[in-house]
Amino acid sequence: MGIKNRRRLNRFITYALLIIGIGIVAIPFWYMIITSIKPQAYIFEMPPRLWPSVVSIDNYTAALGKDLFGLYFLNSLFVAVITTAITVLISAMLAYAFARLQFPGKEVLFYALLLGMMIPPVMLIIPQFLVAKFFDLLDKFSGLILVYVSMNLAMQTFLLRGFFEGIPVELEEAALIDGANRWTIFWRIVIPLSKAGLAVVTIFTFLFSWDEFPWAHVAMKETTKRTLPIAIALFQSQHLTEWGQVFAASIVALIPVVIVFVVFQRYFIRGISTTGLKG
Amino acid sequence: MRADQRRFRNIATALLFLLPGFLLFFAFVIGPMLYSFRISLYDWNIVKPERSEWIGLDNYARALGDPIFRRAALNTLVYTLVTVPGQIIIGLIIAVLLNQDIRGKSFFRVIYYLPVITSWVIVSLLFEYMFIGQAGLVNYVLRDVLHIIPKNILWLADPILTFVPIHLLGIWKGVGWTAIIILASLQAIPDHLYEAAEVDGAGSSARFFSITIPLLRPTLVFLLVVLTIGGLNAYISNLLITNGGDPLDLTHFILTLMYEATFTKLDFGYGSSISYLLTAFVFMISVVQIRLLRQRVDY
Repeated sequence: MGIKNRRRLNRFITYALLIIGIGIVAIPFWYMIITSIKPQAYIFEMPPRLWPSVVSIDNYTAALGKDLFGLYFLNSLFVAVITTAITVLISAMLAYAFARLQFPGKEVLFYALLLGMMIPPVMLIIPQFLVAKFFDLLDKFSGLILVYVSMNLAMQTFLLRGFFEGIPVELEEAALIDGANRWTIFWRIVIPLSKAGLAVVTIFTFLFSWDEFPWAHVAMKETTKRTLPIAIALFQSQHLTEWGQVFAASIVALIPVVIVFVVFQRYFIRGISTTGLKG
Repeated sequence: MRADQRRFRNIATALLFLLPGFLLFFAFVIGPMLYSFRISLYDWNIVKPERSEWIGLDNYARALGDPIFRRAALNTLVYTLVTVPGQIIIGLIIAVLLNQDIRGKSFFRVIYYLPVITSWVIVSLLFEYMFIGQAGLVNYVLRDVLHIIPKNILWLADPILTFVPIHLLGIWKGVGWTAIIILASLQAIPDHLYEAAEVDGAGSSARFFSITIPLLRPTLVFLLVVLTIGGLNAYISNLLITNGGDPLDLTHFILTLMYEATFTKLDFGYGSSISYLLTAFVFMISVVQIRLLRQRVDY
């Protein structure tokens, strides 16, 4: 076989494998979309169809109307946005201290933070529940937000410290000589120069809080304050066969995630590949 | 300004930057971690904690002797042993394919990454739906399209088969992430290494095994550590697909068992001891794996 033919064959195999992979990834999503636009009577039709025979948006109107999904969507959005804002601010402050300031106990504190990155989050649920109960934070958005921020801090601080250390220190020294204090430098120089890093932190924190299940499952018992993952899981356990509505709600929950992902794809890939963060 | 005055100012500044973060971090991460250990040594009374009875390591002994816990530990271990290599090998294949000069690279990347960003709750329910015994897509394909099975398999009712969707889901959801990480390190391998090897007459598989794999080693070990921790902490897919241990508490993972002990049976001490056992195990494994990471390859 000539080199040219061999290259062509290689190429063909590459595309073929990649497209098969796309099929395996996409079919479940496709099936979810199809199910969500099937009327309830067709949910268990045999044979199952990958192309709907009857299309209806009843599941969407039903799911969004009757089971407060509109409210849950807003709850999730509120929690995710506030969590993200606070996490970005606080982890940037921590990261700046570790990147630039001198203070006693710096190493010990940094190792404490690293330890925080290694603790499996679910093991903290029991004591976090007791702490939240003590501070009267159960069934409150503030309870979700404070725990989410705390659980994200270590990783995001670690990530931002790397970004901040990459900023030329001369800029800050010049400002110090001009009489600026650290806080001004942080706001006026470091933050504006770290947009890419802050974007990565924003995206990952947003997705974390949007999808978080275990803590919200424990901390939120009040019906009107549920976030989407809890609402969807409970909806399914209460309406065992109404898969169309379950998936209609799921797709609505997925839309912001996909938008954030597609818009910020560039930052995403950079964030994932430089830090090993998970979406 | 005097020296100690300046020193004081520096510390005050640092405190301003550190305080909000570390208050939260100690209140909701480090504090709870220590508190959890204390709880695990008591027969914890949730209504009147001060009346809790000190029982030393009894909760730990109870867990280790409990057949349900042992079964859960075995299930979790098998899940990790299946899904971690599964994600790494398939991720490696996808990354190698994507690392070639092909069109539509970012399209492929986006699609492969979709499962990673989709919430565990949604994909768990989706897999449950596809594996339903009577009218599920998977049974239909196996029975009526491929004719591999004579009759429908009741995946979700069987204590062994129910792990098929759970394991497949674990791999399916994680592959996009491993592929992107591996792809990033593949792109960092300088071309001249491959060119030199080609001049020396090395075939493509020789190049793969003697250049690519050794240079990827740190990345692969990193993935091994992170994925193993993730696998041992798997929770949501199992909780939703098995309803937390059905049938007969045979299908628990360690964390679904911990959840049930704590929040259903309200046995906080026992639940805490389970989470500490898991954490200890995770730490041990991470230490061994990080040791492996230290041994670097130089070219």
